[in-house]
Amino acid sequence: MEIPKETLLTMYERMVRIRKFEEKASELFAKGKLPGFIHLYIGEEATGVGVCAALREDDLITSTHRGHGNVIAKGGEPKYMMAELYGKVTGYCKGKGGSMHIADAEKGILGANGIVGAGLPIATGAALSAKLRKSGQVVACFFGDGASNEGTFHESINMGSLWKLPIVYVCENNQYGEFTSQKRHQVITDISQRATAYGIPGVTVDGMDVLAVYEAAVEAVKRAREGNGPTLLECKTYRFHGHFEGDPQLYRDKSEVEEWMAKDPIPMFGKQLLGNGVATEEELKEIQNRIQQEIDDAVKFAEDSPYPEDNETVKDIYTDLVEEGRVR
Amino acid sequence: MRKMNFAQAINEGIKNEMRRDPNVFLMGEDVKFGVFGVTAGLIDEFGEERVRDTPITEEAIAGGAVGAAAAGSRPIAEIMFIDFITVAMDQIVNQAAKMRYMFGGKIKLPITFRTMAGAGISAAAQHSQSLEAWFTHVPGLKVVFPATPKDALGLIISSIRDDNPVLFIEHKLLYATEGEVPDENEPIPLGVADVKRPGKDVTIVATGFMVHKALQAAEELSKEGVEAEVVDPRTLFPLDKETIYNSIKKTHKVVLVTEEVKRGAWSGELAADIAEEVFDSLKAPVKRIGALNSPVPFSPPLEKYYVPNEVDIINAVKSIV
Ligand SMILES: Cc1ncc(C[n+]2csc(CCOP(=O)(O)OP(=O)(O)O)c2C)c(N)n1
Ligand SMILES: [Mg+2]
Repeated sequence: MEIPKETLLTMYERMVRIRKFEEKASELFAKGKLPGFIHLYIGEEATGVGVCAALREDDLITSTHRGHGNVIAKGGEPKYMMAELYGKVTGYCKGKGGSMHIADAEKGILGANGIVGAGLPIATGAALSAKLRKSGQVVACFFGDGASNEGTFHESINMGSLWKLPIVYVCENNQYGEFTSQKRHQVITDISQRATAYGIPGVTVDGMDVLAVYEAAVEAVKRAREGNGPTLLECKTYRFHGHFEGDPQLYRDKSEVEEWMAKDPIPMFGKQLLGNGVATEEELKEIQNRIQQEIDDAVKFAEDSPYPEDNETVKDIYTDLVEEGRVR
Repeated sequence: MRKMNFAQAINEGIKNEMRRDPNVFLMGEDVKFGVFGVTAGLIDEFGEERVRDTPITEEAIAGGAVGAAAAGSRPIAEIMFIDFITVAMDQIVNQAAKMRYMFGGKIKLPITFRTMAGAGISAAAQHSQSLEAWFTHVPGLKVVFPATPKDALGLIISSIRDDNPVLFIEHKLLYATEGEVPDENEPIPLGVADVKRPGKDVTIVATGFMVHKALQAAEELSKEGVEAEVVDPRTLFPLDKETIYNSIKKTHKVVLVTEEVKRGAWSGELAADIAEEVFDSLKAPVKRIGALNSPVPFSPPLEKYYVPNEVDIINAVKSIV
């Protein structure tokens, strides 16, 4: 597949943006600067970026509790994300949602989600709407290996296949649901096998190889856009950090983590770009430096921003009503 | 007396019952480690057969408990956060709560659904709710909501021994709180309230984490010469109305404090009961404090604004004494 240089460099840039955003979030969390808990995407960059690179700007995605990567892959901006992680009013959700609920309707990001498996029916409904409105949009629905055991997975894919909806179900199989390895939560290894049960194509790709993900996604998106229905695309990947920051990770061996870290998708893609002459060392370095600056600026933006006013609590619940605030 | 924290007390109670009754088993997501450590270590003593990590599959956890109970086991099913119980509602509300009735009393369902509720850690709208009223509304379920390690220990034992489906709610801010518990693992019967602080001027009925807020408020009020009696119902259904009413008959004033969104709260039902049954004892309107009618916000200042606090309680008391 001939991929334009611009596309390749955008993909590289987005992967770097995710990595640096997440590394910064990890550092800030450890310093106690971020409230709540955060689930980081480090190691999984190739899946979100590979899939989103195959989408149009007006296409839609749904994401999960581990959503920062998907959001950036679809064009989300670090400064508004970082402000959201801080709970500041300048964040994507005015500080009301936090890490697990980042959304940007203008960029087609229908939200991260705190409920495992909840994105599947939502994405299916969005695809139904695209079909009804004849908008030509495709939906990419991200979810984990753990989520594939929720009823919503089965119910949604059945509906999507029955109605030939323009959707790609993207399973980011990082081998664990929380502290439970895939081996301990299902007997199959390839989740894509489940596609057979719903009469749609099931594809498994190396989720550490962004080009492999991209090529499979292009195929699946084309199929969806042409009205031929969903694909179940499984990307085998790995999260380098714990389930959440602070997770002691008693359930996996260091050696296993190291094995996967040796397949780090970003240096691997960098090497490919250098190898086939798409980019020079300097160009890649420039991207890394620029993104680092962007992330540092995002932190500054977040720290300089104010918290929301108390009465924000009771706004945005309805379009036309405001609930009563507290009398203290 | 022994000292332990709230999480350890629940762990101790489960262990006690699993030793006592081989039909008791535990299942849920990552119960081997326990996300907040409540069930940690149980697997070492009881093994993977009786301490079962499930896939992420709440409906099958809840429904699996219903089936297992119907067939003769005594399951403890954990739904990690009460917010996720929405995914399992059919099995709890339409199946567990109604089977015995629909089958003409010919079956019993000894199930303990354990789940974690409450705001306070910036876990946002889908990991922080207080949904107890949904369950007290459903005939066929019992609802337990302890506030101290001692109560948690005694009540988890009774919940497991109970032959009916019991929803056992654990407030996440309580896990690390320490307290004294009796040397013997004794059950505390469901449906018996506890007067956590005696007083003569006003009754404060509080549940879960709010019991502690009420006690703090009572200390402050005491400095100003107002002695509040703090009553902790401990179980929301069955409800020990007698203890609550006796207190009201003494103080003639009552403030109800729960962390629930105020609209449609369990405390509204109690307020209605008080109005219907002991209206003549009241010398002031019933005061009710709850969270704002909003989803739980993420941002720390907003979450703080959302949840009721000591000042709200003090102000409510002062408005009627
Ligand atoms: C309905 C529901 N059940 C359980 C949880 C708790 N939980 C949060 S993330 C997670 C694991 C999800 O695993 P997977 O789908 O593989 O995604 P990953 O974390 O690996 O990205 C669980 C069990 C939840 N948030 N929602
Ligand atoms: Mg996973």
